[in-house]
Amino acid sequence: MDLIGNLWLGLQTSASLANLSYCFVGVFLGTAIGVLPGLGPTATIAMLLPVTFVLPPVSALIMLAGIYYGSQYGGSTTSILVNLPGEAASVVTTLDGYQMARKGRAGAALAASAIGSFFAGTVATLLIAAFGPPMANMALKFGPAEYFSLMVMGLAASIVLAQGSLLHAIGMVVLGLLLGLIGTDVTSGIQRYTFGIFELADGIGFVTVAMGMFGLGEIIRNLENEEERSVAISKITSLWPTKEDWRRMMPSILRGTAIGSVLGVLPGSGSILGSFAAYSIEKKVSKYGSQFGTGMIEGVAAPESANNAGAQTSFIPMLTLGIPSNPVSALMVGAMIIHGIQPGPSVISEQPALFWGIVVSMWIGNLMLIILNLPLIGMWVRMIMIPYQFLYPGILVFCAIGVFSLKNAEFDIYLMGLFGVLGYIFAKLGCEAAPMLLAFILGPLMEEYLRRAMLLSRGNPWVFLQRPISATLLVIAVLALCSVLIPSFSKTREEAFVEGAG
Amino acid sequence: MMIRSTKDFWAGLVYISFGSTAILVGRDYQMGTAFRMGPAYFPTILGGLLVVIGAISVIRSFIAVGAPIGRFAIQGLLLVSAAIFLFAFLVRGLGVALALPILVIISAYASTRFRWGPTLIMAVGLTVFCVLVFLEGLGIPLPMLGPWLGG
Repeated sequence: MDLIGNLWLGLQTSASLANLSYCFVGVFLGTAIGVLPGLGPTATIAMLLPVTFVLPPVSALIMLAGIYYGSQYGGSTTSILVNLPGEAASVVTTLDGYQMARKGRAGAALAASAIGSFFAGTVATLLIAAFGPPMANMALKFGPAEYFSLMVMGLAASIVLAQGSLLHAIGMVVLGLLLGLIGTDVTSGIQRYTFGIFELADGIGFVTVAMGMFGLGEIIRNLENEEERSVAISKITSLWPTKEDWRRMMPSILRGTAIGSVLGVLPGSGSILGSFAAYSIEKKVSKYGSQFGTGMIEGVAAPESANNAGAQTSFIPMLTLGIPSNPVSALMVGAMIIHGIQPGPSVISEQPALFWGIVVSMWIGNLMLIILNLPLIGMWVRMIMIPYQFLYPGILVFCAIGVFSLKNAEFDIYLMGLFGVLGYIFAKLGCEAAPMLLAFILGPLMEEYLRRAMLLSRGNPWVFLQRPISATLLVIAVLALCSVLIPSFSKTREEAFVEGAG
Repeated sequence: MMIRSTKDFWAGLVYISFGSTAILVGRDYQMGTAFRMGPAYFPTILGGLLVVIGAISVIRSFIAVGAPIGRFAIQGLLLVSAAIFLFAFLVRGLGVALALPILVIISAYASTRFRWGPTLIMAVGLTVFCVLVFLEGLGIPLPMLGPWLGG
C-alpha cells in the first residue's frame, strides 16, 4: 500500500528526537496561549516565525502546526473551568462546558473535550493523508483561471464568516487586497504605492501586519476594560467519564468530527465555523437538545471534536494547493517560502518527507496533547491566574524584537506600530481584521493569476465561467455570499456571533 | 440629516480615502488593457470598488441606526504605540539593555493596575531573557549597549 509506505516515511521523519521535541514545544506553547486569554495563535506564530528560520523546514512547520491545533485544546480548558473562551473556536464550549463544571462535573467535561479532540485529530490526520495527494494531483491541472476563482471563493468564505456587517467584511477584503499590492510589481518591475519609501520596495511583510493588527491591536483593546480575572475555578474530581457519559458522547464526537472535517477544508473558515455548526446541529439532533445550555455532555463533545478536526483539515488547501485558508496557514506558507519551498501541489511529490512528516506529526502532537491536558490540568489552571498586566508588556517585547529580526530593520517596528493603531481603530469601527489579513496575502497572487488568465484568454473575461472547475468555484462563492442575505441564515449567523461575544 | 451610525460613517470615510488614494496614485502607472494589464489596472479596479463600498457605508450611516463606537482607550492607545515607536527609535543608538526596559515600563504604565515593583522586575527579567536568547542565541544584530553610550 502506498498510503502505508507514505505514513511510514512520515513516521520516520516526525519521530526523530529533534522533531519530537519541536512538536512538543509547539503543542505545549499552543496549549499555553490557548489558556491565556488575549493571546491567540496568529500573533504567537507571527512572533515565533523569526525563531524558526534557524530550524530545518520540517521542524519549523511541525512546531508551527502544533501551536495552532494545541491552542484549540487549551482554549477549551478555560471555557469549561472559568467560562472564558481562550480561543474564538471554543466559545460555544462555554455554554454547556461551564454548566457541567458548576454541577461538579468539570472532570467529565474536560475528558469529553480531550477525548473528542483526540479522536477528531486522528480522523483528520487520516483524511489529510488520504485526500491530500489526489487533491494535489487535481490541482496540478489548475490553470490561472482556476487559481483565481479558488481565491475568490476563499475570500467569499472569509466574508461570510466575518463577524458583523457584510458590507464591512467586503470593504476590509478589498482594502487588504490593495495593501497587498504595495511594493514592486512583478510583471512591470515598477514600484507601486511606495511613496518613495525605500523600505516599501519589497512590500509590507505579512508578519508585520499580523503582529500589528492581532498582537498590538488586541493589547490596546484589552486595555479598554481590564476586567477582574480572579474567578472561582471549579474543583476537578474524577477525570474519567462514566459509562453513561461514554454512551452519550460517542455519537456526538462522530458527528462533530464529520462536520468539522468538512467545514475545515473550506478556505477562509478554519475551526471556528465547525464548532458553531456542530453545536447547533447537535442541539437539533440530540435527544437532550432541549436541555442544551444546562450542562449536557453532547454540547461539549460535538463542538470540541469539530474545532479540532477543522483546525487540522484546514491545512489541506495549504499543503496541497499552496493557498492559505486562514491567517495561521498564511504564516506557514510564509515560513515555507522563507525556507525556499514553493508552496503548491508539487510539494507532496518533491518534498514527500516534509509533507508526510507534518501529517504524522499532527497525530503524534494530538497524542502529546491528551497527555499534556488531562494529567497536567492543574498547571494550566494556575496559568489562567496570571494577571494580564504582567503578560502584555512581554508580548510587546517579543513582537518588537521579532519583527525587527525579519529584515533587521527598525522600519518594520514602526510599521507594526502603525498597523497596531489601525487595527484598534478598525476594531472600534466594527471592521474585522481576519478577512483583511487573508486578502492581504492573496492580493499579489490574485493579481498575478488574473493577469495570466486574461493573457491566455486574450482579454476575454468569460474565461472564468467557461472553464468548468473555475465556474463551479465562482458559483459556490456567489451562493455563499447570497446565503448571508437569506433572512433565516443571517439570523443564525448573528445569533452565533452574539453568543460568541457574550 | 443626522448620522445614525457613527461606525458606518467613519468606516465609510476610511474606505473612501484609501480607495481614492489608490486611484489617484495609480494614475502615475500604466493602465494597459484587459488583455495586457498594466500595473495600474488591478489597483484601480479595487480602488473604485472600495470607494463605492465606502459611499454605501456613508449613505447607510444616515439611514440605519447602528451601535455607537464606544469609549476609546486613549491612554492605552497612546502609551502602547508610543512605547513601540520609541523602541524603534532608540534601539540601535541606546542598545537593547536600555531600550527594552523603556518599552516595558512605558507600556506597562498603560494598565490601570500599574505598580513600580513588579514592573521593574519584569523589565529586568525580559531584558536578560532577550539578550540571552535573541542577541547571544539567535545572533540578531542589535547592540546590547549602543554607540550613543559609547558601547
